[in-house]
Amino acid sequence: MEFDSIILFEKVNKWFGDFHVLRDIDLSVVKGEKIVICGPSGSGKSTLIRCINRLEEHQRGKIIVEGIELNDDLKNIDTIRSEVGMVFQSFNLFPHMSVLDNLVIGQHLVRRVPKKEAEEIAITYLNRVKIADQADKYPGQLSGGQQQRVAIARSLCMRPKIMLFDEVTSALDPEMVKEVLDVMVDLAQEGMTMLVVTHEMGFARTVADRVIFMDEGQIIEENSPDAFFDAPSSDRAKNFIGQVLHHL
Amino acid sequence: MQTTANQFKNPEPAPFKSGSFWGWLKINLFSSWFNTLITICLLYLLYAFSTSFINWAFINAVWFGDTAKACPNSNGACWAFVTDRWRLFVYGLYPKEDYWRVNIVYALAALTIISFLFSFGRLKKIFRISMVTILPIAGYILLVGGYFGLEYVAPENFGGLLLTLVIASISILGSIPLGLMLALGRTSNLAVISKVCTYFIEFWRGVPHIVIIVMFVALLPIFIPDGSKIDVVVRAFIAFAAFNSAYMAEVFRGGLQSIPNGQFEASRALGLSYWKMMGYIILPQAIRNSIPAMVNTCIGIFKETTIVMLIGFSDLLGIIQISLESSDWVGPPHIFSSAYTFAALVYFIFTFGISKYSERLENRSNVDS
Repeated sequence: MEFDSIILFEKVNKWFGDFHVLRDIDLSVVKGEKIVICGPSGSGKSTLIRCINRLEEHQRGKIIVEGIELNDDLKNIDTIRSEVGMVFQSFNLFPHMSVLDNLVIGQHLVRRVPKKEAEEIAITYLNRVKIADQADKYPGQLSGGQQQRVAIARSLCMRPKIMLFDEVTSALDPEMVKEVLDVMVDLAQEGMTMLVVTHEMGFARTVADRVIFMDEGQIIEENSPDAFFDAPSSDRAKNFIGQVLHHL
Repeated sequence: MQTTANQFKNPEPAPFKSGSFWGWLKINLFSSWFNTLITICLLYLLYAFSTSFINWAFINAVWFGDTAKACPNSNGACWAFVTDRWRLFVYGLYPKEDYWRVNIVYALAALTIISFLFSFGRLKKIFRISMVTILPIAGYILLVGGYFGLEYVAPENFGGLLLTLVIASISILGSIPLGLMLALGRTSNLAVISKVCTYFIEFWRGVPHIVIIVMFVALLPIFIPDGSKIDVVVRAFIAFAAFNSAYMAEVFRGGLQSIPNGQFEASRALGLSYWKMMGYIILPQAIRNSIPAMVNTCIGIFKETTIVMLIGFSDLLGIIQISLESSDWVGPPHIFSSAYTFAALVYFIFTFGISKYSERLENRSNVDS
């Protein structure tokens, strides 16, 4: 099992100052697996996935991504980062560049793809997220849902092996959530390895192979989505699902 | 309770045309009796002030003459002083037979400004880059000389507007890259670099500029062996670049702090290295956000060049003062006020130009984002 896993966490611990955000996290993700991570706010789910591309550094334990251990000795963290795509809650597109340039810059500067070729690849991915007609606009001229689709395309242009989604629909107006989720469902069906922090139950049920429920920096429960949502075993998960469903 | 609109309301035109002149007058100047009163009072003050200014500056002014005797009346400006001495103001103590060298540099500078003011389509970039490279090199060769059979002119002999412009442009153009490096250093994660930059900035900011200038010019030769071999003007340039880069650094640090954390995270998540992230993502945005404060500093630098008077240079203001003390022009105080009005006008034209240009830069970046 272990040598199959593309991401491996072993007894990972992390502190923000004195606050123990991640406590003895053990997790193994197989290539092509789709994992939804949920839990109350402050439970450490974002921190967990941000450790995978080392936007956060863990202090104890072991994280192995694609066979490479993440630690301070790592010379080229940038290489791993370019293999791991990440989409953020607040889009984080580069506002001073056109949509097309947002997609070209990473390929050109990190992958050293020639500009012409990078633009062709960019257009292909913009087509896939159904937004190629906006290529020459600036991010500020797009709606939230459009911006988030561009952000997904920007990550995909780097041909990542793993995609991380950090509450990507939480900042969107309700009518735009679907267009972003649709893109993610498509991506899942193509076999991408995905770790998704979200509270979208429908998405979790249709896409996820596993749901991980976190609270107070620990993985409390790990199960198939149907089993998790219909019959959570821990009280905290029951409580949480009750609150989330209550809202819908 | 249930309401349903049974028909859509069509959009109506706004109650007044915001573009019309009378509409604008009514809203902005005569919206109430109190506003009307203020408007009338201010119009009267404007009228009274401008008539007396026009009388003084134009109608009663003396335009030509070669001594103080030409301007006996204190109710009019004495522009004769300016028209008599303008060569000195523009060229300083530069040798008369070499004025053409200065003229070429002025023309090149004008061309550089034109290259940035107007767009020349495809040639725009090449034009600007070549002007920015040619100007300092050609400027140095032409002004200082010593090459290509041009006679050497000691920088001490520069003066007037020429000296003001040379010092201002060297300090502005030198302090921008230096300030940028200092700002990056101060915000760096490496503690040593960050501390060194912080103290460097704090030191230059905390000491009065007059002290720095005098230190560099008078004390440097004592501290550094062979220090006296460094030209006094060059020492003054280094001093100006040093303390102005400290101010610029803080301007850029403000710009860097205005960039949301998400921009850094998105760049790192794509795998960009620190320098690529800074060069392509962070700095282009940070510098745009710094434009207003940067221009503020540039204007400050331009005006502050006058402190070189303290170390014996005659910049524009200095040379005006020297001329006022020359035996031909010692006379009634209104010559003084005319001379200073002229100086104020010249400084204003340059600083106003800088600020108008920055307005354009800001507007252009608004369109982009």
